[in-house]
Amino acid sequence: MAGQSDPHLSIFSAPELEFLAEDEMVEVVPNIRMEALHVICGDFGPFFPQIAKVPLWLALALKKRDKCTIRTPEWMSVERLTQVLEAERESPREFQPLPFHYVEISRLLFDHARDDIPDIYMVRSLIEDIRYVRFHKVETGLETISGRTHAVKLKNLSAMEVNIVRPFMVRALQAFYKHDSPQMIQQPQTMGSRRPQVVDRGSRRDLRPR
Amino acid sequence: MASGSGSGSERWSEDLETEVAMAMGTTDVELLKRAWRNEKAAPEILQFEAALVLRAREQIQLLEETVEEFTENGVDDLVVSLYQMDLDRSLFLLRSYLRIRLQKIEKYMIHISKTNLWNRLSEQEQRFAKRCTDIMEKHLEQSVLSRLPYGYQSILKQSISSEEDDMVPEPQLDTFVFCKTKHAVGAFQLDDTGDEIVDLVADDLYVLRYKSIRGLVESGRIDLV
Repeated sequence: MAGQSDPHLSIFSAPELEFLAEDEMVEVVPNIRMEALHVICGDFGPFFPQIAKVPLWLALALKKRDKCTIRTPEWMSVERLTQVLEAERESPREFQPLPFHYVEISRLLFDHARDDIPDIYMVRSLIEDIRYVRFHKVETGLETISGRTHAVKLKNLSAMEVNIVRPFMVRALQAFYKHDSPQMIQQPQTMGSRRPQVVDRGSRRDLRPR
Repeated sequence: MASGSGSGSERWSEDLETEVAMAMGTTDVELLKRAWRNEKAAPEILQFEAALVLRAREQIQLLEETVEEFTENGVDDLVVSLYQMDLDRSLFLLRSYLRIRLQKIEKYMIHISKTNLWNRLSEQEQRFAKRCTDIMEKHLEQSVLSRLPYGYQSILKQSISSEEDDMVPEPQLDTFVFCKTKHAVGAFQLDDTGDEIVDLVADDLYVLRYKSIRGLVESGRIDLV
């Protein structure tokens, strides 16, 4: 998709998304003692050899210098991810709740904290499968956009997925809106359903049979 | 509450703003991040967050001085590098915020100068916009417009017979944006005819026309993603 190669179309470049993701909190176990840090974004520490919650960028900096181990987030365990994958496969119209930056966080942890993740190959392949299934749902959902779509609800979509699909979706919706505007029709949104349902109030001729 | 001087009351409201923000659990960095994201995603230029930028600059300056002190006093390398990282991150946010605004100003400078969007610019941005417009006008006149036949030489109109300023590029407010609300907004009307009503639930992602949610973005009730 266009959003994967050209950052201007998708508003945020992949590194910028990673920047945003690096502010998410993770748990680390330092193997040194350090006094408290008073940085602009908050106060952290003092650090003892016990669990501490710090932003991801701080955790990665410490990890690179071998000063801590990172505790894999609870959602990144093989059990949880298998559950999520099954649920994704079973519900073709809903997305399972995952951390907003799950792609970026998992990527950063794979790159810098391999030894801290149990069963890393399993976790990695599960996350790839999840990404694949979800993106497939996004693509199928895109097919249902029509001139009658005036709003789309994307519950539980993640940051990276939003960024990739953004250029195409915006331009498609834009084109539909431009060519269809005098005949916009009301659309009630049902909870949890991603595809907008259509209530036909005007007399319109469908160009293509549904 | 009566306040003695004008600047006194400004400071009072600024402190109040910080207190409210702290009470709500948002740091200045969070606010700056939010402003940056909104500015990136919105097609038009948004209100300049003067107080926020000022506070951010002060904090960054303070941190810069602290880091300098630390390096002079030979504080542990690790600690210094961590402070430096946070400094770099905050600087990046601030600079990117200013940069994206400058980009929009450059793109729509004539339009901004003519409408009340002018009031959304900071003083320095206004000076920048003025100089930019002047240079651009002079350049276009010298290189192209003066050589066009009479009646087509205006920067603003295609020809003298145009009723409006149709040569001025305007931001496309009809574009769709991705957004999320922190608190439920409830049934929200998307357009004037009342045909399109959307129920905005907290923390759900929506794709809506920017024009419809302009007011919500300004009042801070909806975040662009």
